[in-house]
Amino acid sequence: MSTEPVVELQGVHKSYGEVQALRGVDLTIGSGEVVAMLGPNGAGKTTSIAVMLGLRRVTRGQARLFGLPPDDRRARSRVGVMLQESGVPGVLTVRELIDQFRAYYPCPLPAERVIALAGLAEIAAARVSTLSGGQRQRLYFALAVSGDPDLLVLDEPTVGMDVEARQRFRQAIRELAASERTIVLTTHYLEEADALARRIVVVDHGIVIADAAPEAIKARLPSKRMRFRTATTLDGDVFAGLPVTALEQLDGQVRLLSAEPETVLRELFRRGLTLTDLEVAGADLEEAFLALTSRRGERT
Amino acid sequence: MTRAVAGLGPILLAQIRSEVRLRWRVPAFSASNLVLPVVLFSFFGLPFVGKTTPRGLDVGVVLLTSFAAYAVGQVMVYGFGIGVAMERGQRIDVLMRATPLPPAIHLAAKVVVAMLFGLLAALILFAYGTVVGGIRMAPGLWLDVTARLLAGSLPLIALGFAVGYVAGPNAAPAIVNLIYLPLAFASGLFMPPDQLPHVVQRIAPYLPTYHYAQLAWGAIGAAREPVGTSLGWLAAYTVVLLWLATRAYRRETSRKFA
Repeated sequence: MSTEPVVELQGVHKSYGEVQALRGVDLTIGSGEVVAMLGPNGAGKTTSIAVMLGLRRVTRGQARLFGLPPDDRRARSRVGVMLQESGVPGVLTVRELIDQFRAYYPCPLPAERVIALAGLAEIAAARVSTLSGGQRQRLYFALAVSGDPDLLVLDEPTVGMDVEARQRFRQAIRELAASERTIVLTTHYLEEADALARRIVVVDHGIVIADAAPEAIKARLPSKRMRFRTATTLDGDVFAGLPVTALEQLDGQVRLLSAEPETVLRELFRRGLTLTDLEVAGADLEEAFLALTSRRGERT
Repeated sequence: MTRAVAGLGPILLAQIRSEVRLRWRVPAFSASNLVLPVVLFSFFGLPFVGKTTPRGLDVGVVLLTSFAAYAVGQVMVYGFGIGVAMERGQRIDVLMRATPLPPAIHLAAKVVVAMLFGLLAALILFAYGTVVGGIRMAPGLWLDVTARLLAGSLPLIALGFAVGYVAGPNAAPAIVNLIYLPLAFASGLFMPPDQLPHVVQRIAPYLPTYHYAQLAWGAIGAAREPVGTSLGWLAAYTVVLLWLATRAYRRETSRKFA
């Protein structure tokens, strides 16, 4: 077994004209890792994926796939992909399309296995144009796994799936991960990243702002929501230097997120603030995550 | 160690199979490519069967050859023009590009299938002319005409590609019609060139379809120019149209994949 990284991005910059989509992404993914790339829309997840797969050329830096240039056929023969905004001919049936894709790879999975894995048994004979959004998404997943790839790259795989399809998809991902495949997926849901991946890479404004296990990422989030009333309107200075985000004030009601509510309260009391109706509760993960990324956004 | 990449032969076969299904199931291809020439021949060809041209040729045979040129040329221009525009519009090219499918195989399958459909379109027309029109034309001549039409179709494939990379999926069918129907008409594929308006007669010798038709007419002794001249014109048009198609392809690629 080789120990070379499956995916390697080194100082990758990517510009589309004036727009800087990636501003120095370093990312190394080893064999058997399950990685979720997490970030809001426009953060650079899809561009990272495109560079990784050789669909886009880097403006600066380097991208390697299995130690090869990403557009090398030997590298692509080991990768299965699911892309956003890509299409397949609508007049072909699900099974025909799966067979077409299987032919591209040196050691494809049996068609029946692909169909079962993606939950397409009932619609295997249906034309692609008749599928619903969720079914289509499952078809793309089937095409991605049809070559029995060592690396699976899935860009927003669960978009359009209903709850049941999402469950089945997660089950399929766990099965594939258990057989030592490397999986890279993007999502803008922390909950999904947490459920699927053992490593989360948070991307925002074209750079990696966090890269750690899900537990570590969650521990860093401002995970408590605080709410209280004050008699006087507060100016921003009251909170200067405190670990708070998503601060809102309306009619004497103050709302904020923090990872350390005790520290915040102690300091507010020390600064002579009188507050009533105090509530401290666990924040919604998504809300906390958005606060983390949008805060960075304001800084730039 | 298992094989690193799949064999090109099986990939080509799989690709050909899908292209055949696609062409067969999309009426814009199957109906217009295989049925329309027969319909048009019924209107514009059948009434003149049995007559003889001033040069002593059977009008039925000449018209059948002309309509075969129209039919095979149409398969090429429509197949590549509408086909490529559709692939771009549905973003099929994006997913394909991420697979190990070599672009050359993708292209080769399209050319092979276009040739198959061109052959089929010509054979249907010849069979129709024989059975319904009662035109007597030796099968050897059918084959000669068809072989010339397939071999000379490169500039029309290039024309289709150029349109396919410039036009959107909705505009492509209209654009190929607007280009190909006037070309076919002006080149004398629907009626003898000397019955066309004078202006058109003056323009015709500069059109690719005119020389394409001359190439086919050569098989039945109805050509107005030597084969070498037809081939020269077709080769020149191939170079120009391939250059245009390549430019359009490069522009598209640098927008989508750079």
